[in-house]
Amino acid sequence: MARLFYLLPLSLFLLLGIYFAAGLTRDPSLIPSVLLNKPAPSFDLLPIEGYEDGFSSQDLSDEVTLVNIFASWCISCQIEHPMLMELAAQGDIPVMGINWKDKPGDGSAWLKRHGDPYTLIGDDANGRTAIDFGVTGAPETFVIDKNGRIRYKQVGPITPQIWRDILKPMVEDLRDADVENFSGSDDVLDGNHTDNGPGTSS
Amino acid sequence: MMFLTAIIQITGPAQAVEPDEILSDSVLEARARELSRQLRCVVCQSQNIDDSNAPLAKDLRLLVRERLVAGDSDDQVISYLVERYGDYVLLKPPVQRNTLFLWAAPIFAVGAAGAVAAFYFRRTAKATAQTALSDDEKSRIDKMLG
Repeated sequence: MARLFYLLPLSLFLLLGIYFAAGLTRDPSLIPSVLLNKPAPSFDLLPIEGYEDGFSSQDLSDEVTLVNIFASWCISCQIEHPMLMELAAQGDIPVMGINWKDKPGDGSAWLKRHGDPYTLIGDDANGRTAIDFGVTGAPETFVIDKNGRIRYKQVGPITPQIWRDILKPMVEDLRDADVENFSGSDDVLDGNHTDNGPGTSS
Repeated sequence: MMFLTAIIQITGPAQAVEPDEILSDSVLEARARELSRQLRCVVCQSQNIDDSNAPLAKDLRLLVRERLVAGDSDDQVISYLVERYGDYVLLKPPVQRNTLFLWAAPIFAVGAAGAVAAFYFRRTAKATAQTALSDDEKSRIDKMLG
């Protein structure tokens, strides 16, 4: 019995080791979004240069949509771009764009060069709407359901694999599902959220 | 001495706050600096936004100042950001249900160490008590010491 007792520090150490090793395999840039299953923030963005329509949160009802954060200075956005072009060509789902922190004209020039997959584009030059979405970098893509609620946040480019395995099935589910009954991952967000501060109404 | 002060000032922590961000109201600016030090830069994750040169950190610094100017309390500014970025934006995790283990762990560890120490010392005390010299050994020592 006493012998076993001396093994206690070693076994505790091993346990901790396993715990930390598991932690190392996780991607630290994946910050869980507190906005999941919450209504998308309200915003009303002006059109980017050369476009007539802007993009506001009013445009996010009735239909399942993707909201994509992009910028001309963002290299990964360029990598993601062909995927978005393909989605637009298929006409499968409206893809909305938020042009994040671009200089006037840069966004539209970039779209001219690479093609424009977006149904609507808003100009978020000061980055405030992106902050409301909890954006940490571009590209990020949000899946918005029929009720205008955020259902998923994709950090980094949408690859064909991510579209096929995660986003497409989710979009189809959200389309078919009676939105009220859709069981989102509410438990993930449980309990660690402070309620609406006065800031939200601004 | 002045030389030393100069060196400390030169080599002190890098400041990312740019002159155009600084509020004219020095009380609000001081509060903004204090808050910025508690907020994590979500891009460069081990820095606070006061130290970080990331563009997003700058946006968040400006946002903090804007909220303060609009009359928000410190807590309101913090919760404004927590609503968007989650508890992750706080460098010091709040004490709440899902962080209870985190906060209790040091107390638990010290308690466990104390228990082990108490157990160990009691046992060695008992062991020495049992191995007190017998009469035979005492007489042998006496003999050796003459």
